[in-house]
Amino acid sequence: MSSTPQSDAHEGEGTAGVSETVLSYPQFIWKALGVATDGGPLFYVWMTVLTAVWLVGINAFVHQVVNGQGVTAMTDHVSWGMYIGNFTFAVGLAAGAVMMVIPAYLYKDKEMHDVVIVGEILAIASVAVAISFVTVDIGRPDRVWHMIPFIGRFNWPISMLTWDVIVLNGYLLLNLHVVGYLLHQRFLGRKPNPKFYIPIVLLSILWAVSIHSVTAFLYSGLGGRPFWNTAILAPRFIVSAFVSGPAFIVLALQIIRRFSDFHVGDGAIRTLLNILRVTTILNLFLVGSELFTELYTGGSHTASAQYLYFGLHGKNALVPWIWTALSFNTIAAGVFIFARPGKHMWLIDIACVLTLFGLWVEKGLGLIVPGFVPSTLHEIVEYLPNALEWKVSLGVWAMGLIVFTLGLKIAVAVFRGDMHVSEEAH
Amino acid sequence: MAFDPSRRNVMKAGGATLGAAAFARAIAPITEWTADLSVDEFIQRHYKEMSREDMNKVLRRIEAKTLEEYGATVHVEDVRPTPGVQFAYALNLSVCIGCRNCSKACHEENNHDRPTNNSYIRVLEMDNGSMSLENGTVNYDGPVPKPGKFYMPVQCHQCDNAPCVKVCPVEATWKESDGIVVVDYDWCIGCRYCEAACPYHARRFNWTKPEIPAEEINPDQAYLSNRVRPQGVMEKCTFCLHRTRKGRLPACLEACPTGARVFGDLADPDSEIRWVLENKRVFVLKEDVGTLPRFFYFFDE
Repeated sequence: MSSTPQSDAHEGEGTAGVSETVLSYPQFIWKALGVATDGGPLFYVWMTVLTAVWLVGINAFVHQVVNGQGVTAMTDHVSWGMYIGNFTFAVGLAAGAVMMVIPAYLYKDKEMHDVVIVGEILAIASVAVAISFVTVDIGRPDRVWHMIPFIGRFNWPISMLTWDVIVLNGYLLLNLHVVGYLLHQRFLGRKPNPKFYIPIVLLSILWAVSIHSVTAFLYSGLGGRPFWNTAILAPRFIVSAFVSGPAFIVLALQIIRRFSDFHVGDGAIRTLLNILRVTTILNLFLVGSELFTELYTGGSHTASAQYLYFGLHGKNALVPWIWTALSFNTIAAGVFIFARPGKHMWLIDIACVLTLFGLWVEKGLGLIVPGFVPSTLHEIVEYLPNALEWKVSLGVWAMGLIVFTLGLKIAVAVFRGDMHVSEEAH
Repeated sequence: MAFDPSRRNVMKAGGATLGAAAFARAIAPITEWTADLSVDEFIQRHYKEMSREDMNKVLRRIEAKTLEEYGATVHVEDVRPTPGVQFAYALNLSVCIGCRNCSKACHEENNHDRPTNNSYIRVLEMDNGSMSLENGTVNYDGPVPKPGKFYMPVQCHQCDNAPCVKVCPVEATWKESDGIVVVDYDWCIGCRYCEAACPYHARRFNWTKPEIPAEEINPDQAYLSNRVRPQGVMEKCTFCLHRTRKGRLPACLEACPTGARVFGDLADPDSEIRWVLENKRVFVLKEDVGTLPRFFYFFDE
């Protein structure tokens, strides 16, 4: 271990700085743990509520594992439901976070660059949520090891699900690296070395597109399900991700601004709104194109769309959901166009909430369930999630919000200089 | 990094303890499930990776478990395909009367869950004058056949280009050399991607642990076919491979009162199935999805 002059270390991770860097990990983690469990009364209330919801979800999941998925509302007719719907939406949220990364790194937007870590933490939390939703959906969680390459039997490259496993875990690792590296360097009081994270950031932009395309291919590759078997599915997924991601981040940034003294510039929010103006309209256009093709053509291949939007043979469980979603998305598109960030921020907040709900329906129940209704033998068996599925799903989202909150808390502490390496560690 | 016994830290430690206790309570029911799961089952290899010796141990374990859990003495075999044999099935729509005896025979032969009355065969009642499944229904009652109707049983088509096999992330389902698509029930993770991929509604999921009274359990079982399935895995029609690979006919065929069903070896030029395919007006269901079924429908002249 050579003794490196301090000035060298400040330039980034030189060869000699490595041991020192590694030695500071335990301290970093210990202090992060401290920051993550420290806060005002509101923080404790928030975390207690999330933890309680999470535990209720875990308990419901355990009951499901013990008694079998017969305790859910799913059947052999509608064999995927609430969980896979939420999975799809969560992947979108993760991919949508890239809408901060692109302005920050590709267009060198200074204000966005200051807060881009929020997007990267959102990506981590959303991928964790997505992976959890797949985990709670499988019948034999004890056998997940069968999927581990070389140890189990990983049906790659034939099964699209194996592609999804790769891209989701890859995206998680990329973002963990970037966030971990940036925070740790700041913690050490060093300037992050671009060569250790910029290439990863650029890769993560492409990767973000891949996670949602692959998730779309999962469905669109099935010839037996005409509702999903459409080339427009991947573009629709990407565009709607670029609505849900920015909408969530706009809300998150304002909450951060209100509850911490982390500086969030108006410019970052304005950029996100400019993105939302385009993507909400584009998303409605793609939905419209899909609807036109389905409804104008008619025939048995369009029965699912009929079922979703108008009901089929008197069965119409999803009709109120999808029309609510469509109206919310339309209202939001209007608000994003006409509302001025300085003046009507409250209106924009409402629009973000509306469109998040709208997309959750559109890409959740509204995408998964009609794929199964009518069934491949044209039987009509309806599905709406039951109480247990709600509990498990809310539990997973609570876990995601815990990850997001703690990630933000640590990031804010590091960026504000409240959390830094102790002198004796040098 | 030393522990600082301030009020806040004590509160934190208290909170953590409370949280851990609540967590332990939330996951407590899991013990009920893990008690059922042995280490041998957990580490069991994929069907294709097991030696004959490994397989024999597994078969004996399955027999012991069926006795323990269901009170039934059964014999489980690993029946392999005969080289050169190519199984196929054909169904005569002109004579099928929709009695659903095939469906019932399947239910009993394959040790299906009793409360759900599960079967690998669904019989559609269709309107004369239309081949569209949209005009069919499985929910019909009363005496059959009804005037103006015809009947179309649907089961696994054992496709040569099987979407269910393609999508499986863990290779728990595959096509055997005699054309039968099978599932390793001990390898399936229960993601149900195959169920979504199948265009014929041929796959079933074990939503709960199957319930069958001991006296109703068919003791003549095979690893890849009708043994009692575990909870949380997929299952499907196997053309009764525990029978057909030993020269017998599928249970659904034997139960058919009208002789609508024809089963046999495509590789045998003198077989009845070959004669049907060569001489009848034969079609496959949903030919447009490119699945290349081994299950054919035909009409008499």
